[in-house]
Amino acid sequence: MRYAMAIDTLKCVGCSDCVVACQTENNVPIGFCRDWVVEVTDGTYPNLTLENRSERCNHCTNAPCVRCCPTGASHITEEGVVLVTHNKCIGCAACITSCPYDARYTHPEGYVDKCTFCYHRLKDGLLPACVSACPTKCMYFGDVENPESSISQVLKNRKWKQLIPEAGTEPKLYFLI
Amino acid sequence: MKRREFIKISGLSLGAFALFDPSFGLIGEIPSEKNKRFPTYCEVCFWKCAGWTYLNEKGEPWKIIGNNDDPNCNGRLCPRGTGGVGMYYDKDRLKTPLIRINERGKQTFREASWDEAFEYIANKMKNISAKYGPECMALFTHGSGGAYLGHLLKAFGSTNIAAPSFSQCRGPREVAFAVTFGDIVQSPERTDIRDTKCLVLIGSHIGENMHNGQVQEMSDAIDKKATIITVDPRFSTAASKSKFWLPIKPSTDLALLLAWIHEIIYNEWYDKKYVEKYTFGFEQLKEHVKSYTPEWAYGITTIKPQIIVETAKEMANASPSVIIHPGRHVTWYGDDTQRIRAIAILNALLGSWGRRGGLYNPDKVHIPKYPSPPYPEPKKTWRDAFPGKYILAEEVLASGICDATIPSSERDCTFKGWIVNGTNLIYTIPDQKKTLNAIENLELLVVIDTMPMEITGYADVVLPECTYLERYDDIRNSPHREPNIALRMPAAKPMYNSKPAWWIAKGIAEKLGLGNFFTYKTIEEKLDWELTQIGSSLKEMKQIGVKKIKRESDDLYFLENQEIEFNTNSGKIELFSTALENEGFDPMPKYTEHEEPPEGYYRLIYGRAPMHTFSRTANNPNLTDLMDENSVWINPKVAKNWELKNNQYIWLQNQDRVVSTFSIKVRITERIRWDSVYMVHGFGHSDKRLTTAYGKGASDSELITKVLIDPIMGGTGMRGNFVTFLTENPN
Repeated sequence: MRYAMAIDTLKCVGCSDCVVACQTENNVPIGFCRDWVVEVTDGTYPNLTLENRSERCNHCTNAPCVRCCPTGASHITEEGVVLVTHNKCIGCAACITSCPYDARYTHPEGYVDKCTFCYHRLKDGLLPACVSACPTKCMYFGDVENPESSISQVLKNRKWKQLIPEAGTEPKLYFLI
Repeated sequence: MKRREFIKISGLSLGAFALFDPSFGLIGEIPSEKNKRFPTYCEVCFWKCAGWTYLNEKGEPWKIIGNNDDPNCNGRLCPRGTGGVGMYYDKDRLKTPLIRINERGKQTFREASWDEAFEYIANKMKNISAKYGPECMALFTHGSGGAYLGHLLKAFGSTNIAAPSFSQCRGPREVAFAVTFGDIVQSPERTDIRDTKCLVLIGSHIGENMHNGQVQEMSDAIDKKATIITVDPRFSTAASKSKFWLPIKPSTDLALLLAWIHEIIYNEWYDKKYVEKYTFGFEQLKEHVKSYTPEWAYGITTIKPQIIVETAKEMANASPSVIIHPGRHVTWYGDDTQRIRAIAILNALLGSWGRRGGLYNPDKVHIPKYPSPPYPEPKKTWRDAFPGKYILAEEVLASGICDATIPSSERDCTFKGWIVNGTNLIYTIPDQKKTLNAIENLELLVVIDTMPMEITGYADVVLPECTYLERYDDIRNSPHREPNIALRMPAAKPMYNSKPAWWIAKGIAEKLGLGNFFTYKTIEEKLDWELTQIGSSLKEMKQIGVKKIKRESDDLYFLENQEIEFNTNSGKIELFSTALENEGFDPMPKYTEHEEPPEGYYRLIYGRAPMHTFSRTANNPNLTDLMDENSVWINPKVAKNWELKNNQYIWLQNQDRVVSTFSIKVRITERIRWDSVYMVHGFGHSDKRLTTAYGKGASDSELITKVLIDPIMGGTGMRGNFVTFLTENPN
């Protein structure tokens, strides 16, 4: 069992519904976010391309944030989800510095916070809030070790890329291109 | 001093709520259970997606999730719907009724009880009725409250009920489609995007305009490898998803459409059986478009002839599963009905009206009206102010009411009182000076809103409406593939001293002696009666939120060789419009040239961002967190000429030397043509009571001073304005 997420950049319109859905679901305070949208334009008028990407923690298999955490607050679950135990976190922010994706922030209450793949929802058989809210249905989530899962299928049939693969973190976010 | 000065209330005390109304019991069921969900439909935009409001452990509204059974959203709300909770929590909400008073020569508002406010409004309305007739009251509305306030106005004796969504937005397309097919496009649009093979967007920026069902279906169409063709001077999000992006010179769309018609006719790419069986005027059309060749259009549109031919062929290959999208906000250049006529004609030639993957036949539920006495017959209407004009406009013109409020010796009907609900007219109707002039001539202006929008500053009475999460409204009855209804019920009791529109309408009616039009004690009584008539109940709807009802007949698409009588003069789809001819207009669209920007000026193009609706969300804490100001998009070549830098703040000045009140951030981007600039509508709020939105970004509305009126239906074309850049603060 290894959870991963794929985002279809050909369908994403960059509306940021994923951001609000995450904020309300997880009570992320206004002014902070666990996921965000990146827009990349390339070319000159009128030969242009535009890519919209919904980004968040990559839930890396080789996670630098977990390795550098002095208290063990940052950890990886058996399903491959990177989590922070809030009451173990001392807010030293070493993990924030170590993350190549800038996916973490310090919560006003002092601990470090980030995307959990909505771990609390997974237990109830629900998809992460961003995935279930997305109006373009551009996000796929599931177990990449199960070849029958929708995410395995889409990764098999589509071209994809990952962000900063050269960092060697083995990220679990895939972007369909 | 003006009789009606804009009141800046930053110092006004709104802290005390001693006026708490003891009549809460009449509002309806107040939920108290924790972690419960309540059905609603969204009020952040007109798409009205149905969803569930969830409460947190404290019993407060927590999150809003789409209802899986709702065809408008399929369980997925857009960012505005998800962020709708921000409307409830917005600390700047209107909190208690206010009445304008003169205090030591200075105009201000004082807090009032609901009873006082109703008394004041009823007295003024009675006065207007006695002096000028009840028809001189008008209602502007853009929201669910309009149903109740409209009922009040009709009971009072006026049918002058206007939504800016007609004359400032989709009016031209409804008229164009009505004269062509005998039916309008409706909302949600009848576009069968889900099953289309080719979607053609003329300036329509689906994905940035977050009309939920359409965005979802465009995504489905992308999955199914449908061809998307986007015509836009800006590289929109939709353009980036398109096989063909046609970066057209702004204001020349009609030339391209006519060239497409030319190619489809002269290459015999049209649906011959369909055209022969269902249409009227084909030979006249063929003759009419003879000279509109791709080469001719190239010189006007800057789109190469081979691209015009190639895209026409793409559409023909997909026929009849092709949609030349009618658009939504289409009041651009004043010849908008004719431009949309060309779109309607293209759809007719390709046989897409009434066909799978084209434009389907929507259906809705017939809900009987709650028993009420007949309305009095009005002696005059807004049409009397425009003798012989805009005959084909099937809805009231908001801008027309505004014009007819300014006294004129030629006019019989002059409006004396306005009720404004859920629409910020200052930002909605172009030519702000004219709107303010109209307001200055009113004897009564009542504004009912949740937020202290600019229009409230000009009101005699401001009434705080509670948000949609705190109230019942009418049953939502949206036309769709499958008829369906949705319930909105409160998930929380109204904050502060705010009230639902139905309660406000009933309260005013009672003061006017019209209580017999509102005989129900609570709204639940009315809703339950209506639901029972169609085989449901309030109890059932509270459980399910959305109910689908089977179509009476299998007529989503036309059957093969079905005999159809269209609701037009000829009973056919009119390529040659007899209705337009009868009113003295071109029966077939002709290309008209539009004014171009003078040197150093750029055409002002405006549009939407997916996380905002009009100017109404600019203070929503959840949505401003995503986007709190707009920027002006400028092509890099233009920016270089002006030595502009990214993120620099500048002021915009239009052709009439009107300067933006606030500065706007420069966004240098290849995504916009060099002859235009682009900005998202709805920013640059000037009311300090909107503490988050105040002064953030600039308002396109205030720069739209030149209005190009559509002679067919009175729409206000707004794309004929040009701006230049000021780098020093001119204010």
